[in-house]
Amino acid sequence: MSVRRLAPKELQPASFAFREGTLDWAKQQIAKYPEGRQASACIAILWRVQEEHEGWVSEAAIRAVADLLDMPYIRVLEIATFYTMFQLSPVGKKAHVQVCGTTPCMLRGAGDLIEVCKHRIHHDPGHVSEDGNFSWEEVECLGACVNAPMVMIWKDTYEDLTKDTFNKVLDGFASGNLPKPGPQIDRQHAAPAGGPRVLKDAAVAGDATKKGNV
Amino acid sequence: MLDDKDRIFRNLYGLDDWGLAGARRRGAWDGTKSIIEKGRDWIVNEMKASGLRGRGGAGFPTGMKWSFMPKESTDGRPSYLVVNADESEPGTCKDREIMRHDPHLLVEGCLLASFAMGAHACYIYVRGEFIREREHLQAAVDQAYESKLIGKDNVHGWPFDLYVAHGAGAYICGEETALLESLEGKKGQPRLKPPFPANVGLFGCPTTVNNVESIAVAPDILRRGAAWFASIGRANNVGTKLYGISGHVNTPCVVEEAMSIPFKELIEKHGGGIRGGWDNLLAIIPGGASCPLIPAHDCEELIMDFDGTRAVKSSFGTAGVIVMDKSTDVVAAIARISYFFKHESCGQCTPCREGTGWMWRVLTRMIEGRAHKREIDMLLEVTKQVEGHTICALGDAAAWPVQGLIRAFRPEIERRIDEFTRKSTLDDQGILDPDHMIAAE
Repeated sequence: MSVRRLAPKELQPASFAFREGTLDWAKQQIAKYPEGRQASACIAILWRVQEEHEGWVSEAAIRAVADLLDMPYIRVLEIATFYTMFQLSPVGKKAHVQVCGTTPCMLRGAGDLIEVCKHRIHHDPGHVSEDGNFSWEEVECLGACVNAPMVMIWKDTYEDLTKDTFNKVLDGFASGNLPKPGPQIDRQHAAPAGGPRVLKDAAVAGDATKKGNV
Repeated sequence: MLDDKDRIFRNLYGLDDWGLAGARRRGAWDGTKSIIEKGRDWIVNEMKASGLRGRGGAGFPTGMKWSFMPKESTDGRPSYLVVNADESEPGTCKDREIMRHDPHLLVEGCLLASFAMGAHACYIYVRGEFIREREHLQAAVDQAYESKLIGKDNVHGWPFDLYVAHGAGAYICGEETALLESLEGKKGQPRLKPPFPANVGLFGCPTTVNNVESIAVAPDILRRGAAWFASIGRANNVGTKLYGISGHVNTPCVVEEAMSIPFKELIEKHGGGIRGGWDNLLAIIPGGASCPLIPAHDCEELIMDFDGTRAVKSSFGTAGVIVMDKSTDVVAAIARISYFFKHESCGQCTPCREGTGWMWRVLTRMIEGRAHKREIDMLLEVTKQVEGHTICALGDAAAWPVQGLIRAFRPEIERRIDEFTRKSTLDDQGILDPDHMIAAE
């Protein structure tokens, strides 16, 4: 199991306030579940909090979510530490890079991507780069094995990477000229490189002219 | 090769519109009402007759699973359908394609399956990392509500609510009872069975947990008939299946193919062949990281289905094939899988919590041969101590790849140990390290 702790006191903000609209949105989440089962919405709300507050959850945020859902603090603390997508300390402002290092990606060169991170961002995962813009970590399978090796930055995946294309993706985040998500080679999602070998008939596969619209 | 007209996922690569209009054009939501009018029993019997086995790895017959649900609620508890979209097994990335490119098949399947089980509510639990996939799925659900295909007052006459929930990066939540715990807003730690979810599941109510693919193929099975589905593949292993081909092939991809397709055909036709040619094949992991690896000589005649993989002491799992060519450091590849299970163990049962870390540490030493030969048997023994001694199957899943490695590659591990021993100096053994000397005294 992965043992995770909250960030040290000096990094923790003193207070926490939900963004405007978040409480209304939280109510909708709670309404998905039967009466008295509001705890079910905990993961979704914590995730939203992380997205809205610089990509990590602070202790104050955990307490606020617990109060909102009428849960004991320890229960929300358990969730924040158990689920590894919750970042417990500050991450890079422009990009927090999650490199998939599990076997299918490892076989196709995830090690190269980790080298790039070590040189470009910080020698160790979980540390923010000197300029505060980037951070990285190695994560377990992100579920895009046929597009290995790949990384996830914020909401999007960047797939079929090499050292060069990964550097370009990072350049994009650094300059604010965001790269196109998905495969970084000429490839349609999970189809084989060079074009689909099945479902070529447009009548069956749909209108192929729509390529790129989705 | 499977004919295009027999494919269920006709927008697998996202070339067409994934929304309601596109899905309708491809045949989704066609005649759903007439299927529902045939009644619950007809649907369950048709699913049983189709021979569909669960696509999440264990291969339990889907129709039979549905029939375990109570016919009527005698105590006022509602029934739930929960769809397991927590696809996190290394090598497996098929449900992702369904959710982002054909989400309406899943939404329609949820309605039909819920109706067959007497459930008025369904939760789809998507893994946290699938953010864009979740957005597509939620949009499809919203479209279905708007068009009154689902909802309290829908055109199909079965009041039905569908909710999309998500996790936040815990592989263990793919285990059905851990998933239910997570849906209830707790740590994803599996529950003891019995009671089984069909009796006491989500919020203490009867619940069935199905894989995304199992649910998404249901509408097409019911539309085209069980006989059509059962005619593909071989007995006990029927239907179409999404295969993922990753690792050392020329063109990795996801593809829908017939069950029981020969492995060689799958790789040559869809994977573009093994990198460096067929003879360059070292081993494969046939269905996600928890399946024991199959060495190259067993791949020659391998049939990709439940029975075919069992015949070579592995398992079909989710059909996410990881291919390793001869350039692979096979011990390191399995050690990385061991690290995965160590990382993802929920920590509830001691054999798994401690055993996964122990196995990973020993394997890490074995990569460079820094071990004794007797430790190979000790490692095997530990895997047997973990296997079958935990609440859920994660302990088993962590043990099998290591067992598979030792079964197929013991000579390779021994060779590395010999090599290391021959080259090692006193310094390598730590004997020249003053701390070591103090400890020895």
